[in-house]
Amino acid sequence: MFYQEAGQFSTRYAQDRRVFRLRQDRYGLVVLLLLAFVGVPYLGNDYWLSAILIPFLVLSLAGLGLNLLTGYAGQLSLGSAAFMAVGAFATYNVELRVPGSPLLLSMALGGGVAALVAVLFGLPSLRIKGFYLLVSTLAAQFFVTWALTRFSWFSNNSASGVISAPRLEILGVDLNSPVGRYLLTLGVVVALFWLGKNLVRSELGRNWMAVRDMDTAAAVMGIALLKTKLLAFAISGFFLGVAGALWAFTYLGTVEPHGFDLNRSFQILFIIIIGGLGSILGNFLGAAFIVMFPVLLSNLVALMPAGLIDAGQIENLQKMAFGALIIVFLIKEPEGLARLWQKFRERARLWPLRY
Amino acid sequence: MAQTQATKVEHLLVLENIGLSFKGVKAVTDISFAVAAGEICALIGPNGAGKSSLLNVINGVYQAQQGRIHFAGAEHRRMRPHDAAVRGIARTFQNIALFKGMSVLDNVLTGRTLRRRSSWIEQALRIGRAGGEDDRQREAAERIIDFLHIQPWRDTLVGKLPYGLQKRVELARALAAEPRLLLLDEPMAGMNAEEKQQMSRFIVDINRELGTTVVLIEHDIGVVMGICDHVVVLDYGRKIGDGPPDEVRQNPEVIAAYLGTRH
Amino acid sequence: MEFFFEVLIGGLLAGVMYALVAIGFVLIYKASGVFNFAQGAMVLFSALTFVSLLERGVPFWLAFAISLAAMVLLAVAVERVVLRPLVNRSPITLFMATLGLSYVIEGFAQALWGAQVHGLELGISDEPLELGGMLLSQFDIFAAVTAALLVLALSLLFNKTRIGLSLRAVADDPLAALAVGIRLQRVWVLVWAVAGFVGLVAGLLWGARLGVQFSLSLVVLKALPVLIIGGFTSISGAIVGGLIIGASEKLAEVYLGPVIGGGIENWFPYVLALLFLLVRPAGLFGERAIERV
Repeated sequence: MFYQEAGQFSTRYAQDRRVFRLRQDRYGLVVLLLLAFVGVPYLGNDYWLSAILIPFLVLSLAGLGLNLLTGYAGQLSLGSAAFMAVGAFATYNVELRVPGSPLLLSMALGGGVAALVAVLFGLPSLRIKGFYLLVSTLAAQFFVTWALTRFSWFSNNSASGVISAPRLEILGVDLNSPVGRYLLTLGVVVALFWLGKNLVRSELGRNWMAVRDMDTAAAVMGIALLKTKLLAFAISGFFLGVAGALWAFTYLGTVEPHGFDLNRSFQILFIIIIGGLGSILGNFLGAAFIVMFPVLLSNLVALMPAGLIDAGQIENLQKMAFGALIIVFLIKEPEGLARLWQKFRERARLWPLRY
Repeated sequence: MAQTQATKVEHLLVLENIGLSFKGVKAVTDISFAVAAGEICALIGPNGAGKSSLLNVINGVYQAQQGRIHFAGAEHRRMRPHDAAVRGIARTFQNIALFKGMSVLDNVLTGRTLRRRSSWIEQALRIGRAGGEDDRQREAAERIIDFLHIQPWRDTLVGKLPYGLQKRVELARALAAEPRLLLLDEPMAGMNAEEKQQMSRFIVDINRELGTTVVLIEHDIGVVMGICDHVVVLDYGRKIGDGPPDEVRQNPEVIAAYLGTRH
Repeated sequence: MEFFFEVLIGGLLAGVMYALVAIGFVLIYKASGVFNFAQGAMVLFSALTFVSLLERGVPFWLAFAISLAAMVLLAVAVERVVLRPLVNRSPITLFMATLGLSYVIEGFAQALWGAQVHGLELGISDEPLELGGMLLSQFDIFAAVTAALLVLALSLLFNKTRIGLSLRAVADDPLAALAVGIRLQRVWVLVWAVAGFVGLVAGLLWGARLGVQFSLSLVVLKALPVLIIGGFTSISGAIVGGLIIGASEKLAEVYLGPVIGGGIENWFPYVLALLFLLVRPAGLFGERAIERV
């Protein structure tokens, strides 16, 4: 009843191509953005900003990066955290060694370096298909963390490769406060998601999906497999690199290479499995889940009679619940939360009718 | 020699002594024939005769060990699938090779990939040539969708469509590239009589209205006799018949291959 | 020169340990087409169960039997809860399910038995043995002998028994096996149980060497390069792959390490496997898939 499309027809192709075809959706998006940019800074407290919203945004971006490579282009990767690490350390080095470099430019360059590294480890994808490709990205994961720790040049000669955030400011505006960091993160994430959305709906996005679904047929149609796959690695690497820089500088403040280990890669893979492979919204949903789940679980445990579940066990329970949820999602809803959301929307469009 | 030179120019596709084997097992041996521009040519023969393999050689999915291919006057010792697409060869597959995760419209649009001029950066930032080109590509795709009467399903995920419609979508995707040569691998497999009629009609329309040369693999002799100008018969990887339908149907070797010989 | 051989043989013997873990993978991959990422967690779980029982005073062989029984139960549970619902899905989906499974098993193992490191005494001294002027670890030799016996037992199982015949049939063509009346689910339970047994043996050996602790489950990460080189479907390949990885890892550590820096054994096997893949995409012994369009 409220969510009807009646009367909303496209008269030109450009209108049909719009991301949000329904007027209700467009209004909803505007409201959401207003809320995010204006409402939250006024209403939110520091804890929520620093510990919940910022990691949520950064992980969504990381999820998007991996989703472009694995969900859309079909190239399985377990090296996401390594590319994030490259982005973080490259950004740090640009800020350090190129005095006066604007923050956003440093981050873009950091992303660029991550893109190059990703392409390097993505080259084998031209010969190796499917499952075996894991080896290449795993090699990236282990090699990068080793290199960043071993060669202290990367971390300006600090002992164990620790780097800390540079001063965050854009055009003289200090962004080091929680609100400042939040707005910086939000701005970057929104911009990159806009870019990502355009990409997946463009020719390149279609070519990615073609390569994912059946690459022989894609080649037969004239899709250049080399260029398509390498672009997937490069763009994914860029997004992951920027996410890594944000993770290190707006969320954590200081980071060492081991903060970008295999577990982090798994975490991002879980985000896109739970959120939905090949979906843009899914990255947000998956990241929200990953961030909120431990919080909810410990709150739940706190509600139970004291001593029933030992504090140390919470971590184990969390692990088990996570693993179980992955399996449940794969069985029940392989397209993740994004699909559940879609189903809900379809119901909403017909409400109060049933079908 | 002069005469064969002249005929070579008229022929869009010429195969010369093509031989293909897989790890010692010979798929096709010494195949030579020519397809004239604008004709509908059928490749027929019992199962396992090597028809699909031959089609795969023509568009570069398999590399022939012996022989040469001449397409549009240019000779190819080895053809890669991408080259074939660029030169204007499109095809459909025996076991539908649609992109199951995308809608009908998106599948057809992927067929237009070689007609794109804007770069991915322009498309990502929605600047430059991207917007206008999107409209033009959509228009071209819609023309094909109209032609094959699949408008009601343009936004449906192809994996959800019935088999017959999927075959039509695959045909649409191949047509979207505006090919000079269309290779169809059993386009009517698994269809009932009515669907076959419809598909035959489409193929004839494609040939007459769009001027596309068609080479198709087909088992239904009625269809073959009805719509084809030229028939090539294969058996055990060798060519045993080549000519207009009426001539081929009377060829004793062909009859023997299909009906068996009396001992 | 003797030093080189000492390092080489030390590496080969370490490789045997890798091979043991890899064999568990091969078994499951052959029979159910799944790359079981949870194999490491299974190794950890079985070793933890065993060691915790030992610490509670349970005699060696009884503890072994109980641990084995636990692995069989696990196999049944996995087949029922994970494999059956996901029966027709893509290999990547199955892999991700085993990823989730590994989290469940790890969490469960530590919830049950705690997270401390447990020492494990198998009664084999670690005194070096002198052989032809080289110092070799007795333990490593014991491990190699155990592995050889295990492989022998497995090949007897596969080739001489009826059950082994069913296993090979299922590995070759599950649908055809079904058509002949072989109970797919029973075979899967059996295979996972045998893999669990192999995991237990590997867990005990590794545990005696490193101590039974969480990082045991990370051994699985070393198994992947082994399988890449040896092929996913061959037990002999797993052995050869294990030997190659073990040897090259040790040699690289000793000879390349001082040049590039320590700790290269983390990524060296992967880079090696990667180079290998570029040359032989199906591994040494694996089957090369011919793509039919």
